[in-house]
Amino acid sequence: MSPDSAAIAVEGLWKIFGPKSESVLASQDRHLDPAALREKTGCTAAVRDVGFEVRPGEVFVVMGLSGSGKSTLVRCLTRLIEPTAGRVTIGGTDVTAASPAQLRDLRRHHVSMVFQHFGLLPHRRVIDNVAYGLEVQGAARAARHERAREILSLVGLDGHADSYPDQLSGGMQQRVGLARALAVDPQVMLFDEPFSALDPLIRRDMQTEVIRLHREVGKTMVFITHDLAEALKLGERIAIMRDGGIVQLGTPEELVGAPADDYVADFVRDVPRSHVLTLRWIARPPEEGEPLDGPELPATTVIKDAIAAASASSRPIRVMDGEKLSGVVDRVDLLAFLSGQDVPAAARTGA
Amino acid sequence: MSSTTVTSASSRLRLPRWVAPAGVAALFALAYLAFRGTGTLPHDSEAAPFTAVTELREWIDDHRNDNPLFLYFLNYIRLFVGALYTSLQTVLVAMGWPGLIGVMGGLAWLAGGWRVALLAVAGFCSFGVLGLWESSVETLALVTAAVLLSLAIGVPLGIWAGMSARVRRAVTPVLDVMQIMPTFAYLAPLALFFHIGAPAGVIATMIYSIPPAIRITALAIEQVSPTAVEASASLGATRTQTLVKVYLPLARSTMALAVNQTIMMALSMVVIANLISAPGLGSDIIRGLSRAQVGIMLPAGVAIVIMAVVLDRMMVSVARRDPHSRIGRGNVAAAGALALAGPAAAAFVPRQWPEDLTVDVTRPVNEAVLWAETNWYAVTTFVKDTVTNYLLNPLETLFTTAPWWLVAAAVLVVAWRVSGARPALTALACLLAIALLGTWEHSMRTLTTVAVAVAATLAVGVLLGIAAARSGRFSAVQRPLLDAAQTMPAFVYLLPALALFGTTRFTAIFASIIYAVPPVVRLVEDGLRNVPASVIEAAASTGSTSGQILWKVQLPMARRAILLAANQGIVLTLAMVVVGGLVGAGALGYDVVLGFSQRPDFGMGFVAGVATVLLGVMLDRITQGADRRSLPRKRKVT
Amino acid sequence: MKIRLFAGLLTLALAAGCGGATVDGGATTAASPEGSAAASSPAGTVKIAINPWVGYEASANVVAYLLKNELGYTVEMPEIKEQLAWEGFETGDVDVIIENWGHPDLKKQYIEEKKVAVEAGSTGNKGVIGWYIPKWMADEHPDITDWKNLNKYADLFKTSESGGKGQLLFGDPSYVSNEAALIKNLKLDFKIVTGGSEAALIKSAQQAQAQKKALLFYFWDPHWLFSQTELVRVNLPEYTEGCDADPKKVACDYPEMDLDKIVSKKFADTGGKAYELVKNFNWTNADQNQVSDDMTNGGMTGEEAAKKWIEANPAKWQAWIPQ
Repeated sequence: MSPDSAAIAVEGLWKIFGPKSESVLASQDRHLDPAALREKTGCTAAVRDVGFEVRPGEVFVVMGLSGSGKSTLVRCLTRLIEPTAGRVTIGGTDVTAASPAQLRDLRRHHVSMVFQHFGLLPHRRVIDNVAYGLEVQGAARAARHERAREILSLVGLDGHADSYPDQLSGGMQQRVGLARALAVDPQVMLFDEPFSALDPLIRRDMQTEVIRLHREVGKTMVFITHDLAEALKLGERIAIMRDGGIVQLGTPEELVGAPADDYVADFVRDVPRSHVLTLRWIARPPEEGEPLDGPELPATTVIKDAIAAASASSRPIRVMDGEKLSGVVDRVDLLAFLSGQDVPAAARTGA
Repeated sequence: MSSTTVTSASSRLRLPRWVAPAGVAALFALAYLAFRGTGTLPHDSEAAPFTAVTELREWIDDHRNDNPLFLYFLNYIRLFVGALYTSLQTVLVAMGWPGLIGVMGGLAWLAGGWRVALLAVAGFCSFGVLGLWESSVETLALVTAAVLLSLAIGVPLGIWAGMSARVRRAVTPVLDVMQIMPTFAYLAPLALFFHIGAPAGVIATMIYSIPPAIRITALAIEQVSPTAVEASASLGATRTQTLVKVYLPLARSTMALAVNQTIMMALSMVVIANLISAPGLGSDIIRGLSRAQVGIMLPAGVAIVIMAVVLDRMMVSVARRDPHSRIGRGNVAAAGALALAGPAAAAFVPRQWPEDLTVDVTRPVNEAVLWAETNWYAVTTFVKDTVTNYLLNPLETLFTTAPWWLVAAAVLVVAWRVSGARPALTALACLLAIALLGTWEHSMRTLTTVAVAVAATLAVGVLLGIAAARSGRFSAVQRPLLDAAQTMPAFVYLLPALALFGTTRFTAIFASIIYAVPPVVRLVEDGLRNVPASVIEAAASTGSTSGQILWKVQLPMARRAILLAANQGIVLTLAMVVVGGLVGAGALGYDVVLGFSQRPDFGMGFVAGVATVLLGVMLDRITQGADRRSLPRKRKVT
Repeated sequence: MKIRLFAGLLTLALAAGCGGATVDGGATTAASPEGSAAASSPAGTVKIAINPWVGYEASANVVAYLLKNELGYTVEMPEIKEQLAWEGFETGDVDVIIENWGHPDLKKQYIEEKKVAVEAGSTGNKGVIGWYIPKWMADEHPDITDWKNLNKYADLFKTSESGGKGQLLFGDPSYVSNEAALIKNLKLDFKIVTGGSEAALIKSAQQAQAQKKALLFYFWDPHWLFSQTELVRVNLPEYTEGCDADPKKVACDYPEMDLDKIVSKKFADTGGKAYELVKNFNWTNADQNQVSDDMTNGGMTGEEAAKKWIEANPAKWQAWIPQ
């Protein structure tokens, strides 16, 4: 994929906080680990040499623990935090080289953001919060209110237009935040841990809401989270960050099935793999004389969903890659996998 | 067994903690006895710095109308400020008393509903009833002009400081010094540059009241949720849009407090500004002071307090108003009606406040004071003389006969021990500057008065603070009193002191105690109350008595708060002791007063003003110790 | 760009200001109708500075009463102390000082050099400042009235405020004073303690005589107190012409002064009848003492006391009213 066809392309991005960040970047100190760097220079490298591309319409998740640099990274994308070095391109525009006016235009029309602590304006009614982006663009009052009402009903906040933010629950407030970001009809939406301040049940609803919205409006989304379950649920691809760098970038299956290093492996250890991995990971070539008349399932079926089929039939499941048979899985394979003894076939072969 | 060994081993190695300080103290005492009376710097009213400033003043007076700096710059400022004051005063007078009362009532209604409106109307009527309508209007005009200017300069500066850490770092030390500057110190330089009269008074009041405008505005801006700002930026808002649509609305209620504080500071400057001939209620107070008639001062003092209370209520209502509720149509109508009815009525009633509606309290008050003087004479004189003879005079002798280098060394050692090296050196530098300026002896005398007042303030304040922290009921009774005390302009405390003790140093001490005790009580109480409940619970669970909990847990843990209280107490006391120059405190404060009264002493007054600032900075540095102003202060305090 | 524009505007403004602003440029002018005051008083406003002693107030109140009731002026009486009041001539805050005690230096500066003030004749009062003791002390120690013996009796005058020396009680800080120089130059073992007001002096003097307490204090004549409390003046080295020329070297008593009135140049030029009245005002020490006494001891306000005197002495004041 070339940078032109990507919705967002990031190359060699650095952000170093502290005095003389430029000179730290130029020196070999940048390769020091965080503690040593702070000891020696007083600087913190929040983002180190990060590069990735996001496809149009993709949900791209950046996951990491607090202090891993993920929030800094997402802010560098629209230069809410000024990157120290590197290049960011959004929709073909070189963000890092944009003039203040171009940058404003980008923020007004192309990229919008949802924040962890909502960032609503308490002195404005919900509708005026949602219309804020349009207001700073200079839209007329009637037009922006009409648009805001549409969006409010899209996020399920009909009838709350005239409330004030502090009269709403946390989940509803974040819906307002979501609506505000949607109202300007951006191509790209950035989410900075939007649900981490919400309680678990509401968080689940909101995640579903994002999935629904993504289906309906089809925006490109960059989603920051520290919650692996959330990352796996939402992300088409996930980048795992540690100490400012990306340690692994891949689909949920790749992360769970083939962790790049011990750090990632440690991370995904408690993930019920049967909920993430698909039959592709444990399918094996049929053995000599094995019956091939068992139930057919596509290779993309999540393993836990195959259990019902396996229990209904004693014959091995045929794993289909389209019309083609890619392998079989029998009850023993499933049990071995679930009990954790099995090393997935794909990992075995190093796929 | 082993632990006993360890303890005895370490105690053999280490002397008890009190030995080192006691040794140093003994050393100083010996040095004093050996060198007493040498190296003193007696006061000379014709010291070179004094005469230099006096000559500068003469030169400026001669060239005020032909020197370009004055002709093209300072005089324009004076003219502008003067015009502002005059037009405000003209408008207020033109409204007539019914007009002004009506308009204030209307504004108060808008600010806080009918209750506040009622307070405002009653309050403003009381000015007339007290027979002080004209003076009150002048004071209102003066305060309004000063506050408008303060806000015009302070709010933008505060916003800037709130948004830029660099500006904040540059501004903060300046504000710190301004806040420990005794009010008197402002006057002489202003008289030099802006002459006397209303404009100079407005400028003095403005300078005095600007720190809270800047500080609290900056605080308000800083407190704006960074996410809201970021959200606004992320949507492509310009800096101006973010400022207008996010920062200012979100900072509104805190900024209303900034306005409130600015008004309160301005009101407390009104009296002192009269020393450079600013008009208004201050003039009545000074008149009472120079006639020694509490009966003249009291109504004027009451009027200033009432004005403070009314304006405070109005601004606090604005600050506390529920941000979502709009002012109801009924309220707007009522406020409008009130505001219109007043000026309309003005056409039908006499311009002057009708004389039969005034109550002359001068005589009864004077008689009451006379009664108190005669009947309490034995007690008040006894208290005054005891403190003066057994505390004040010996201490003053000690300070004024000690060699200057010994005092300097003592300051250095104490400041170093309490606050560290840098503050100690600053304190020392201030002290040396005081010596070089020729104000040594008078500074030592002022220091004596401050020391006695601070000791008393802390004793009373800490006791009341502990009492309040230990008894919820006592605290509930005391709180409103403290609140009221802190809204009152400083000089009000001079009145009862003057009534009881006449013009002596003790009067100033007494006044500074009542002035400085409320904030000290409050800080101590809060400090004790902030000791975590879990710690107290833990102490109680080991069977400590409540006295043990106080001594072993609460007081040590509230150390920071108590040190801060000491620091505040000292700064406030100094300010009051200097103002006490008006009522017999002598030394630096009196030099300042004298500087305005006698032309040949202008230089001495000016330099004495500078010395009070140096003294203030010195005392602040010595005691800043644990704290560096982590709390935003309400009128120098809270 | 913006700066240049601003500079241009500034230059224009300055040019329009006719080469700068002087201190009295915007100040209110005496007797010229100003703002709303004009509505209630067509004749104008007169600002009489009030100095803090009752004799002064007596004169001021009588003049003010006549200005108001006979000539229809509005009178403002701002509390401005002696020396500041002179500066008020320049800033426009003061039109009249009704009782001036000497001040040759200020006369030179403001009348001769700056030309912002002019003399408006004698008040008719003879004023003299001096050091006084209660009569009982003079009776008991006849030689105490000679300054040479003051040091001998210094111990008598000690107080808790005088720091081991004898106390010389002074009044308001703004009063005309040679005390510091006198103590220094006559080598007296005394310290000035400032009572802060005329009232403090009076009270101390009354107590001293009634309770036989020692007191040495600064006081002046004309004063009603002399008719009620017996006081004796301490004789300082006799006044000779010019012995008080250098304020730092004064070593002689105060001279008897012819108290006079000073008005601003502007008021003299445009004050009309008000100025005439001020100029004509002239009465005796007895007149002033009567009004002062009523104000201090008769429980009257300045206005009431003035009214009483005016009603009793029509012949005197009618001569002052300009035709």
